[in-house]
Amino acid sequence: MKNKKSGGKKLGDLKGFSIQFLPYSEIKDLNSDERIRKILGIVLGNNILVLQGRLSSNEEARLIGDTMAMIGHVTNFKGIELAVILGNGKESLFGKMKKSIANVLAGGDFSSITIIGPATIVKEIKRNPKKIELLLNK
Amino acid sequence: MGIKVFKNFFKRIFTNLFKNKREIKLGFYGPPNAGKTSLVNRICKDFTGEELGSVSKVPHETRKVQFKEKVEIDYKGKKMTFKMIDTPGIATKIDYEEFLKYKVSKKEAKERAKEATQGVIESIKWLDDMDMVVVVLDATENPYNQVNITIIGNLVARKIPVLIVANKIDLKKADIKKIEAAFPEYDVVGISARFGNNLEEFYESIFRVSKKI
Repeated sequence: MKNKKSGGKKLGDLKGFSIQFLPYSEIKDLNSDERIRKILGIVLGNNILVLQGRLSSNEEARLIGDTMAMIGHVTNFKGIELAVILGNGKESLFGKMKKSIANVLAGGDFSSITIIGPATIVKEIKRNPKKIELLLNK
Repeated sequence: MGIKVFKNFFKRIFTNLFKNKREIKLGFYGPPNAGKTSLVNRICKDFTGEELGSVSKVPHETRKVQFKEKVEIDYKGKKMTFKMIDTPGIATKIDYEEFLKYKVSKKEAKERAKEATQGVIESIKWLDDMDMVVVVLDATENPYNQVNITIIGNLVARKIPVLIVANKIDLKKADIKKIEAAFPEYDVVGISARFGNNLEEFYESIFRVSKKI
C-alpha cells in the first residue's frame, strides 16, 4: 500500500499514506500518555494504524481529547477516524468471564483490533457487528 | 486502609439517606446533532418554564457545557431534583469546511471549529462530575459509532448509571431496534425531543435508573 514514489509524507496526502500494523507488545509496557503519543505520532505521519488489541475506554477518551487539542495546531490535521472491532460479538456471561481471565493472563485484549486513521484520509469507518468498511477520501 | 473502608461505608449510608433530597447531577452526552439540547430544553421547559440553550441544524451548536440547577422533576407523585448538565457533542474529527455547507462565513466556521474542539475536551473532563448520564443518540444514525461506545465505556468504568435515549423517533428512518441491539445491556427509550413524544416513558426511566446511583 506504500507509495514508494513519494518522498516525505505529507499529512492528508492520499498518495503517500501507508497502513501500519502495531502488535500489542509494542504498547503493552507503555503508560497511557506514551501509548497515546505513539498512536498519534503514527497517525500524524499520514498512516492508518491497525493496532492489535484495544485501548481502555479512559485511554480512548484521552485520545479523543488530545486529538481535539491538536486540531488547528497541526497543519492539515482535522481529527481521526476510530473503530474497534471486538474479537467476539455477543457472548454469554460465562464466555465474558473466560475472556477476561484470558486477557489478564495474556496481558491484554488480543482478540480486538483497533483501526485509527487521520480524518483527512479516512472519510468514514462504517461498522456493524459483522463487518467493517474503510471509506477513503478522494 | 481500615479507616478508608469505614469512611466509605458511612459515605454510602449518608448518600443513600439523602439521595432523594440532594441535587442529582444529570449529564446529557452524545455525538453532535443528536438532540441533547432539544431534550434538555424540553425537560427544563416542562418543569421550570425556561429553556437552557439554543438549537440549530448546524452541528456543534453547543460548544460550552451549560447547566441549570434545581430542576425538580415531578412525575406521577415522584419528585427528584436535578442539576441538568448539557454537554457539547463528542466527535473524533472537526473540519471547519463542514460548517461552510450551512452558509456560515469562513471566519465564523473556523471560530466555530476552534470552539467545538474545546467543547469536546470540556465534555470529556466533565465525565467525572456526573451522578447519572443520559446518552442521547440519533435513532436515524448507525449506533455502532466508536464515539458512542467510548462514552458508554467511560461511564461504565466510572460506575455512573446510564440511560440511552433514541431520539428523533418521529422520523421515518428512525430505528430503535438497532440501538437496542447495539446496547443490549442498557435501558433504551425512544423519544422525539422536538415534538415531545414518549416523554412519559423517559421520565419513568429517569426515576428507575436513578435508583442505581
